[in-house]
Amino acid sequence: MKPAGFTYHRPVTVDDAVAVLAEVSPAGKVLAGGQSLVPLLNMRLAAPEHLVDINRLSELAYVRAGGDAVTVGALARHADVERDDAAYAVLPLLRDTLRHVAHPTIRNRGTTVGSIAHADPAGELTAVLALLGGTVTLRSAAAERTVTAADFFTGPMSTCADAGELVTSVTFPVPEGRTGAVWTEVARRHGDYAVCGTGTVVTLDDDLRVAGARAAFVSMGPEPVVLDVTDAVAGATHDTADWAAAGRLAAGRLDPEDDIHATADYRTHLAEVLTTRALRDAARRAAEVAP
Amino acid sequence: MTTKTFGEPIARLEDPRLLTGQGRFLDDIGHRALAAAFVRSPHAHARITGIDVTDAIGVDGLVAVYTHEDLDGRAGEPLPLLIPHEALTHGRTGYALAKDEVNHVGEPIVMVVATDRYVAEDVCARIGVDYEFLPPVVGIEAARDGDLLVHDDVPGNVAARMVQSRGDAAAAIDAAPHVLELDLDIERSASTPLEGKGVHARWDADDASLRVYTSTQASTSVRAALAARLELPPDRVEVIAPDVGGGFGVKIVHPWPEEVLVPWAAIRLGREVKWTEDRREHFVGATHERGQLQHVRVGFDDEGRLLGLDVTVWHDNGAYTPYGIIVPIITTTQLLGPYKPGAYRAEFFSLYTNTVSVTPYRGAGRPQGCFAMERTMDAVAAHLGLDRTVVRERNFIRPDEMPYDHGLIFQDGRPLVYDSGDYPATLEKLKKLVGWEEFEAYRDEARAAGRRVGIGIACYVEGTGVGPYEGGWVKVETDGSVVAATGLTTQGQGHRTAFAQVVAEELGVPVDRVNVTTGDTRRFGYAVGTFASRAAVMSGNALAAAARKVRDKALRIAGEALEADPRDLEIVDGVVRVIGSPASAPGGSIPLATVAVLANPLRYAFDREAERATQFGGPVDFSKPPVAEGESPGLEDTGFYSPPRSTFANGMHAAIVETDPDTAEITILRYCVVHDCGTLINPRIVEGQIHGGVAQGVGGALYERMVYDDAGQLLNASFMDFLMPYATEVPVVETDHLETPSPLNPLGIKGAGEAGVIPGSAVLASAISDAEGFAITRMPISPSDLYSLRSTSTRMGETPR
Amino acid sequence: MSAVEELFEVTLVVNGVPRSATVPARRLLSDFLRHDLELTGTHVGCEHGVCGACTVLVDGRPIRSCLQFAVTVDGAEVTTVEGCGGADGELGPVQQAFRDCHGLQCGFCTPGFVTTITAYLEEHPAPSDDEAREAIAGNLCRCTGYQNIVASVLRAAELRAEEAGR
Repeated sequence: MKPAGFTYHRPVTVDDAVAVLAEVSPAGKVLAGGQSLVPLLNMRLAAPEHLVDINRLSELAYVRAGGDAVTVGALARHADVERDDAAYAVLPLLRDTLRHVAHPTIRNRGTTVGSIAHADPAGELTAVLALLGGTVTLRSAAAERTVTAADFFTGPMSTCADAGELVTSVTFPVPEGRTGAVWTEVARRHGDYAVCGTGTVVTLDDDLRVAGARAAFVSMGPEPVVLDVTDAVAGATHDTADWAAAGRLAAGRLDPEDDIHATADYRTHLAEVLTTRALRDAARRAAEVAP
Repeated sequence: MTTKTFGEPIARLEDPRLLTGQGRFLDDIGHRALAAAFVRSPHAHARITGIDVTDAIGVDGLVAVYTHEDLDGRAGEPLPLLIPHEALTHGRTGYALAKDEVNHVGEPIVMVVATDRYVAEDVCARIGVDYEFLPPVVGIEAARDGDLLVHDDVPGNVAARMVQSRGDAAAAIDAAPHVLELDLDIERSASTPLEGKGVHARWDADDASLRVYTSTQASTSVRAALAARLELPPDRVEVIAPDVGGGFGVKIVHPWPEEVLVPWAAIRLGREVKWTEDRREHFVGATHERGQLQHVRVGFDDEGRLLGLDVTVWHDNGAYTPYGIIVPIITTTQLLGPYKPGAYRAEFFSLYTNTVSVTPYRGAGRPQGCFAMERTMDAVAAHLGLDRTVVRERNFIRPDEMPYDHGLIFQDGRPLVYDSGDYPATLEKLKKLVGWEEFEAYRDEARAAGRRVGIGIACYVEGTGVGPYEGGWVKVETDGSVVAATGLTTQGQGHRTAFAQVVAEELGVPVDRVNVTTGDTRRFGYAVGTFASRAAVMSGNALAAAARKVRDKALRIAGEALEADPRDLEIVDGVVRVIGSPASAPGGSIPLATVAVLANPLRYAFDREAERATQFGGPVDFSKPPVAEGESPGLEDTGFYSPPRSTFANGMHAAIVETDPDTAEITILRYCVVHDCGTLINPRIVEGQIHGGVAQGVGGALYERMVYDDAGQLLNASFMDFLMPYATEVPVVETDHLETPSPLNPLGIKGAGEAGVIPGSAVLASAISDAEGFAITRMPISPSDLYSLRSTSTRMGETPR
Repeated sequence: MSAVEELFEVTLVVNGVPRSATVPARRLLSDFLRHDLELTGTHVGCEHGVCGACTVLVDGRPIRSCLQFAVTVDGAEVTTVEGCGGADGELGPVQQAFRDCHGLQCGFCTPGFVTTITAYLEEHPAPSDDEAREAIAGNLCRCTGYQNIVASVLRAAELRAEEAGR
């Protein structure tokens, strides 16, 4: 389990990085934290000709929390995002979700942007970005563009990024209004990819009635699935809403597959149970938010 | 101050080295060695029609490429079938490098030697192998059907069929008031030590000798096997097991293909060669265990007493049978546990499949046997509406029935006779520890809170310390330190400490003055190996015997020096003295170090100690030769222990589980163990063995399985998907001990290594069944499996309790 | 492929000592430490980042050395199990705790636990039982069943506190 040889590039600025990517495109692969890529290299399931190591792009090692969004640079490790108190203050869902991502040692090195660029349908951050309607910023030698999560993810492990583009940051918008957000999942072992995981956002109006309810899922389809389940609970007060109906509605719209850890039936069942639980918890949190 | 440490939970002597990164594991040896890698079959069943190495030639750093054609002499013969048996009518083994045909994914076909492992893997990727595909046989049902064959010349895929019986089980069952039948299923797991296998070999052309380091559980036998394969005089071959990062059985089978090939290539190339197995290779190139289907027919009376038991086992032995049929023999004999089965009949079929070969993994067939018997006990209790512990107690062999002869033949070819054990007392302790009688109140409380809980129990008896023998060598150095060696090997069991405790006890020296070596043929050449929970029993008693001889000799020599009767002498803290007298008494004592000097008469005085032992060093009795007739120089001796038969440890586990009514997640709330392995040398080490065994039992019950698809591809050949438990998945283990000494050996000890793992699947199936209200018959069980079972049982109109 | 690979000089400060070697870009940090620097205390158990045996501290944070190229961390400070000892070659507090609590059997996974726990206790000097278990939840051990490793974490916290109090 040793990686095949590759030509190694270690740019020190974003400009250099995108220049190199353009030069070696489409035979280049970006190396950030490496927690997903290097296992594939070690197993020789991937053998890119060129590896562009962005670990020296210190300009991308940032977490910026504002009132309406948290923006994470491509060299911010999961642990940096998880520990960022300002980010937690505006968007606690990030820290809450990151605690489910593998183990601390992996989070010390793995990057949040890298896991999103990897577009693993089992990746929690991928689902959170989709749930919140976040955006992804990409740079190429020629231009910079920002795309929505919905446009970014194009399939399992596939995105709209061109081979010459570097994802420089992702932005998680803070949901507007009186909202609560919760991540929950069931994994075989603590720290494993979820058998089923769901993130939910519930929005309440001034009378604490449900104005919106959305859920995103991991391991339930080839790409992050985001479902709006407001219909099942709209207008009900947060503590009387039929969250189970919302859970059923969500589960009915998912089409997971069997794998060696769980059947599709079980996954669908879990989605119903977890969505119900997470929506109820999210609504409770929303109700606790100071108006 | 006393030197007594035997029986004490002392800290281990090997730890400081291992804790500071100073251990020497296989891959820590030979930084300048060439690296080996292998092209392995990606197909489960195929004929090899061609091998093309053209693309590989010229890769910078490539040293050699070998295929079966290159293997000259006996190196090219099939690997040995280590444990032949008359019932193994169709034993088959593979070749070191596949010849013509491959029978499982992972079978080595081409060996590559290069300057480092990176390059060796580059070369492997450039070698092309052409195959003609053959239909794979995967799974026990497919093997049993026999429509497709793994080996053309093995009809029905049956490697072995064996029947053992006592009385007429069929008649006894037919005549019984109650009869039940159970179909049971246990899936494959594997030892999965954190260190894979590895071999390093160095050929010394000047000396015409070979030194091999290998992470084996049987270094002496590897030496014999290599000498035979490589056609070398055994005395020119040294085999050393360095620090080994866990074994659990997978490293007992030998020689591995790589264990033959690495030394073979080292000789051929005249260079050091090393192979360090990586994790992916380990999943498909090492061995697995556990997979069985079982059918049980049991007849019993109104009280739940067994009248007849008839068990059929279909055992998946994988592609080859290098280790014979030890595993199913153990299943069908150790299945009996602490019980009297009435009339008994056991039949097994050992079946070939196109999967990795099956050889013992900690427990070695016992977990499956325990599962069959304990599921049966629960079924009997459920059928009669009796408490599960009551049914078990009624079937126990009583202490006054020991020794108890089952009338069967055990895995060592000797009668299955239990030597000792107090099963009712063990059960009482367990019931108290877990709070068996109070559980219903707890269940009611939990139910009121919307929680679902269950309690389970499982009992086992484990034959340990199988022969034929082990030996030990003990020597007192002239500085008073003691060196000792035994031939069997160590993979983390703390042998250096436990054996030092044995030697220190016998010799009367401080334990930290004893330095024990294991698994090094240079130090001790006669040994069998480490398996079947035998090390403490076998080498413990052998080293005790050797130390006792040394002690006797020391007392004889000291007696002469002190002009005392040796029978009046004792050794305390490394000083020989008159019994009970203070060491300071003038002329009344002599350090063991001095005795060691006197034991070896010298001509040359190379230091001051030696000076005292020269022929001119002191008063001499000219009527006697310097070394008395029948004596040998030096304060050292060897001892051997060879038991008449195995000694039987026993224990019982209880578990309380919670099953989530919604998500079907299974949580172990409590796990209790009562264990009797006779006299304890070091309770802390024994406790550690129990903890580790339980963790593997939990893994096998709730997490681990080898998932093959129909094509024979192992779908979860990584730690991502083969779910070895982390700390968060393993419960706290609560333990209690009994010490019923074995009457079979002087130290009274029984083996402890495998005990913790044996009842894992049985006790958790029992507890989950209790929580859910329907019988669990297939292990391991995942939340997804439990969810499916709930759907089925709900459809059957049952309601969970 | 037969072309000679480009080599990089990599310098790390390992356990306080600058160490260099010239290696291809694909040399994993684990192999660099073990085979180029011959510091074999760091063990390799899976090479896909799951078992944790190869865990070392890079600039104080535990990481999987099998999932990094040595060249990526060129210039970094690295602590391995060899650097977790106490003064005068004695066992460090985590190492001593493992010995006191029988927290190891074969010792193969142990270096990864020792480094992980060393870093953890820096940030969480007084963990609870549950926190101690959580702290080691990313490392696999096949021998101990973890119970005595959890005890070792707690014992190490005590030893550190005693040391600090002295």
